[in-house]
Amino acid sequence: MSFVQIVFLVTALSILIAAVRMVTTGSMVHAALWLVATLFGVAVLFVLLEAPFLAVVQVVIYIGAIAIMFIFAVMLTRREMLDKGPQLNTKKGIAAALGAVTFVGLALMLTTWEGFDSYARPMANVDTVARLGDALLSPDAYLLPFEVASVLLLAALVGSVYVSINKK
Amino acid sequence: MQFLQDPIGVIAAWLTGLLTGWGVSALVTQIILATVGIVILVSAAMLLDIFLVWVERKVVARFQDRLGPNRVGPFGLFQPFADIIKLILKEDITPDGADKLLFNMAPILSMASVLLLWAILPIASFLYGIDLNVAMLYIIAVGAIGTLSIIMAGWASNNKFALVGAYRMVANLISYEIPMVIALLIPVMLSGSMSVVGITQAQSGYWYFIVTPLGALLFLIAAIAELGRSPFDLNEGESEIVAGYHIEYTGMKFGLFYAGELLHAFTFGAFISVLFFGGWHGPWSDKYPLLGILYFFVKAMFFYWVIMWIKYTVPRIRIDHMLYFNWKFLTPFGLALLMTTAIVHKLLSNSSQPVYILGMLLANLILGWITVEILRSVSRKQRVISEPVPTVGAGND
Repeated sequence: MSFVQIVFLVTALSILIAAVRMVTTGSMVHAALWLVATLFGVAVLFVLLEAPFLAVVQVVIYIGAIAIMFIFAVMLTRREMLDKGPQLNTKKGIAAALGAVTFVGLALMLTTWEGFDSYARPMANVDTVARLGDALLSPDAYLLPFEVASVLLLAALVGSVYVSINKK
Repeated sequence: MQFLQDPIGVIAAWLTGLLTGWGVSALVTQIILATVGIVILVSAAMLLDIFLVWVERKVVARFQDRLGPNRVGPFGLFQPFADIIKLILKEDITPDGADKLLFNMAPILSMASVLLLWAILPIASFLYGIDLNVAMLYIIAVGAIGTLSIIMAGWASNNKFALVGAYRMVANLISYEIPMVIALLIPVMLSGSMSVVGITQAQSGYWYFIVTPLGALLFLIAAIAELGRSPFDLNEGESEIVAGYHIEYTGMKFGLFYAGELLHAFTFGAFISVLFFGGWHGPWSDKYPLLGILYFFVKAMFFYWVIMWIKYTVPRIRIDHMLYFNWKFLTPFGLALLMTTAIVHKLLSNSSQPVYILGMLLANLILGWITVEILRSVSRKQRVISEPVPTVGAGND
């Protein structure tokens, strides 16, 4: 077993444990923190895949934003800070069925996959960030989706200003 | 001679040779070397931190017209060790009803979020943890971990003052992250590289402070806000919320927050020097790379002193003023600066170096002048609203 495989297995195990704890814990704040642990594990997976940009963005967006969600979870949902309320979502059967279907589908796909023994090709020695920047801004790559996403975000920004503006 | 050019490389090569000579496999050698490097870097940063406690107390004393620590050792140099002994001897209290795991994890995460920044800090041309090609984003990501540690400390303490302090601090941190990102984008744009090492190397001709003084100023303000130091230290308004999110911490756990803050301030001083003031560049630093360490620490100490100077001179801003300042002034200003810099940089990219530097400087001056004019007209309007000019005859009827 290579070093990378050991790291992968440890990370994957911690992601799974953190994800299960996230949905089983009763406290809202603990759930948010387990979610942070899960997403941090995913960032480690991105590092293993030699995608440092995605890993760092994962930490910036998810962990940075979840700290904020954490505040709202505390402020808006519970009166006492250490309160453990009942679970809000009661649709356990549907969730279990969806999970089972997804698991069976993935398992079926993996039985026909032949890449278990082969190793990934080593990355060519290129600056991935520069390549990503070029791809995002070149017309024959992702310029249109990129611009559409920016316009969408701008619309959301203008909308939130309009909603919160103090009408006299 | 080779040793003077690249001491770390020579030592690493020697250790690799030694370990492979003992029959250790290449992978294990690599892991051992990386671990040794991390331990040395972190220990050096922590040792520097002990020294910074003395520096901070001595400089505050000068600003407040006192002497500062002067009893323990020459010039009070051993005072931090006395402080450490005191902190260790204090009772370690976990408050009733606190979330024990989170309460104890928060100081560690807080310190770690500072030490993680040292991984990308180029101390000299040969001396840095890692040359990350997404280093600018890494700074922001590590800042997010620091934010998380603060909210964890505030929530887990089971104390209302701590929670309010943490809310304020997080509001501060996430708002000032935006000017911080904009200020980081400017050296990225000028150098065409997102790695801190690359940005430092690109400043061999001239420091970026000369072509973007406003960018350096923006970064300084955003860095002080990110540190939560005065005038942005709303998290510990003594008259309102006592000590903020670390109100319940005692002994060395409080010590970790305190030491983390000092090291954080020094680290941001170092980032200002690396991103805008050439880092390890200086006279003869290309010929004798060891001189770079000296230049780096002199510049970093200077900007640490600037941050202290501001902290002990400017009073605390109220929270609504702080958010107003960020969203209505600093963010639009940063965006305007970013666009101006991008356009002028592109227009002048083919001209000679003196023309380029003069053009960039002029663009910055004009933008600064426009900003001051806009600020003046806005404040004049506000003054008219808040204190109307008395008209002749009014009040007599």
